[in-house]
Amino acid sequence: MMEEVKEVTSTLSVHGHNIKVTEVLKDGDTLTFLIVSQKLSGTGEHHVDRTYDDFEWLQQLLFSQEDEPGIQGVIFPSLPAKASANPSAKVMKQLGFLGLGEWQLYCKVLERYLRQVAAHSILSKNKAVEIFLTSSEPPGRQRARKNLFNRLSQAVEERRKEGYKRFLDVVQSEQKIAVACAHFSASLHLCVEPGEDPDKQAFSKACVQLSEVFDSIKKNMTSVAENDMNTLGLGLDLESRCQEAEKEMLFRRTCKLVELEAARRNAEKAKPLKKAAMEEAKKTAEIEFNDICVVAKQEVHRFRAARVKMLQHTLVQWCEKQLLTAKESADQFNQQLQAFRGIAP
Amino acid sequence: MAASSDRIPPPFPDTEEPGVCDMADGDRDEGEDIFVICVYGSFAFFIVGGGARVTSVRKKELSTSSGPPPSSSVTQSPAAMQPSSSLQQLEEEEDEDIFDVDVAVTNPEKIGYVLCPCICFQTSLAMFRSKAFSVRRRYSDFLGLYEKLSVKQSLQGCIIPPPPEKSVVGMTKVKVGMDDPSSVEFVERRRAALERYLQRVVSHPSLLQDPDVRDFLERDELPRAVSTQALSGAGFLKMINKASDAVNKMTIKMNESDTWFEDKFQEVENEEQQLRKLQVVVDSLVSHRKELCGSTAVFAKSMAMLGNSEDNTALSRALSQLAEVEDKMEQLHQEQAASDFFIFAELLADYIRLLGAMRGCFDQRVRAWQRWQEAQSTLQKKREVEAKLLWANKPEKLQQAKDEITEWESRVTQYERDFDRIGMTVRKEVLRFEKEKAKDFKGQIVKYLDAMLQSQQRLVKFWEAFLPEAKAIA
Repeated sequence: MMEEVKEVTSTLSVHGHNIKVTEVLKDGDTLTFLIVSQKLSGTGEHHVDRTYDDFEWLQQLLFSQEDEPGIQGVIFPSLPAKASANPSAKVMKQLGFLGLGEWQLYCKVLERYLRQVAAHSILSKNKAVEIFLTSSEPPGRQRARKNLFNRLSQAVEERRKEGYKRFLDVVQSEQKIAVACAHFSASLHLCVEPGEDPDKQAFSKACVQLSEVFDSIKKNMTSVAENDMNTLGLGLDLESRCQEAEKEMLFRRTCKLVELEAARRNAEKAKPLKKAAMEEAKKTAEIEFNDICVVAKQEVHRFRAARVKMLQHTLVQWCEKQLLTAKESADQFNQQLQAFRGIAP
Repeated sequence: MAASSDRIPPPFPDTEEPGVCDMADGDRDEGEDIFVICVYGSFAFFIVGGGARVTSVRKKELSTSSGPPPSSSVTQSPAAMQPSSSLQQLEEEEDEDIFDVDVAVTNPEKIGYVLCPCICFQTSLAMFRSKAFSVRRRYSDFLGLYEKLSVKQSLQGCIIPPPPEKSVVGMTKVKVGMDDPSSVEFVERRRAALERYLQRVVSHPSLLQDPDVRDFLERDELPRAVSTQALSGAGFLKMINKASDAVNKMTIKMNESDTWFEDKFQEVENEEQQLRKLQVVVDSLVSHRKELCGSTAVFAKSMAMLGNSEDNTALSRALSQLAEVEDKMEQLHQEQAASDFFIFAELLADYIRLLGAMRGCFDQRVRAWQRWQEAQSTLQKKREVEAKLLWANKPEKLQQAKDEITEWESRVTQYERDFDRIGMTVRKEVLRFEKEKAKDFKGQIVKYLDAMLQSQQRLVKFWEAFLPEAKAIA
């Protein structure tokens, strides 16, 4: 959406809708992400590598666009928690779905973040975005200023909804079953007995075939868990962080309203000497608040529509993938069953 | 499809099968839970340990349209044959051991505080006094049967199938009338185990001949079995191991003329170990499945709540649908867990106990050998006594000595014969056991695959139903 921004003031020289985080490299404890974007002029691509700290740098700069009217009304795209190559148990818990598997989901989330930023009418104008996406040098390390924006993506796991946590449990159970099946399949091979005795051979063959059956079951379960993670899991993750971002914005707006109320009272009560200054302050506060409200309304509208679309896409994808997996497994089991019955009973 | 002509079954008795289980049927129709052990006779079609499934094949063949036999028992028969197998396939299997009695156990009925399975059966075997029967038995009756058989038959070297384990906790819950899922599961587990036990007993040629077994199946009232030991799983194996220890402690080590026995014994021990390992893995699989069941149920609830609080109507509906899909999946997982459990976990547990029983047989043989050796050495001593008496010239004691020698000579011969006989029986039993085992496992695998296939097909249907809902979210 909004990829058609061709305003003169836009500084972004790449397409926003197809930014990709293609790879993640481990360097000691740090993870480095490879980001590819297509030039608007159509003459090629930018390849840059960035660490999580670079993402945070970008986020900070986006937060600090104070001269942009109504910036506080923006629902900022949210970053996931920081991940390292060997995450501690606590970090894994924070990451939730993003910690299961090999960082593919994490990359997807970062990718989505960049796409949302690039597509945002206000945020994409920030020079930091251009630098982030195209500069071959790593961007600078600006000290994070304590402001209202810093509360994002902290302690998200406590605020996660029930649905997220329950689904995480489901996926983890599925993974455990896959492991148990693999274990059973391997153990069955140990039961194979040598010898020419026909009954022994029959038993050994049965064990081998059962081992194959459990191998298929393991594959099926692994696919089911992966489908769950990559679609609904990812969707729930995005949804939860987005909800937080919206709340943050509304909170900022409320804070501004409180400020405005204070300014109004001050202007009323001001002694004649300070009256003019207080009136001035009140007017500024009013303008700022109105700007925020205008932006906020647009944002909420845009945001809600995007959310429904995202959830729809997620559910459809999830359903389609699980349907495919179920059909494939049914075929597989059917084949094995036929093969089994075909052998003399 | 050519039927072997010499195997044409005798005409089916006038009393139809449903008539057999008249009372059971009537009760079944009302959805009562009566535990009915149905022993269905087969003609020459029978397969060792086959369940009521073969009966349903016969039903097809006879085109009776009566109600199904207690089909809840069908799913639990270990060496099940597929109902869809053709007549020809059945007849091919006639070449194997053929038995004319089939046993199935269905729902238990509580009489007072006691869970009483009801047995009804029919058979064409002449040895049974009638073709169709129905009796009630308590769990302690099963134990009593096992005790009697152990005493008699194990001396011959037969492998006596061990009965299901006693479980104080489980039974108390049932007696008290608790209706929670774990006690329901316990009853089902007990029922299935009793059925497998009986099937193994009746499929054993010598055991079937045993009068105690026939009494058990036929008599209306059995004398109460007293002093049935608490045959827990651990208790049973402890018993076997104690016997083994006693054998090992004997000073006279058996010199094995036939390495077959030594090799087999080693194999049996190895196999028992392997099965135990498998059992551990299967147990963990079952517990994970149950976990998945639980998490799916909770997830379904949370999705339902999400759906309720959602503003967008299409999304709300989709989420509610999702909650329903997840509910159905929980059901599916539940069944899969049961499948894992009943098909494999119980099978492994049974075979571990059977292998223990087999070890017992080997020990019996060694003891028989020891008895023989001891008799021989006693005979030797008696001969020495006789020699001494001859030398000391005490004629009055001489006759006694000679009598004793004769007695012990015959004992030696007897024990030697016993030993040989047990040896042969053990050999036969081992071979039969291995055949059974291969068939049993194969049967279970087919059942399992079938169950897996069906559950995947149901899953496909669930997802196909959900897809349009998901797509409809605007």
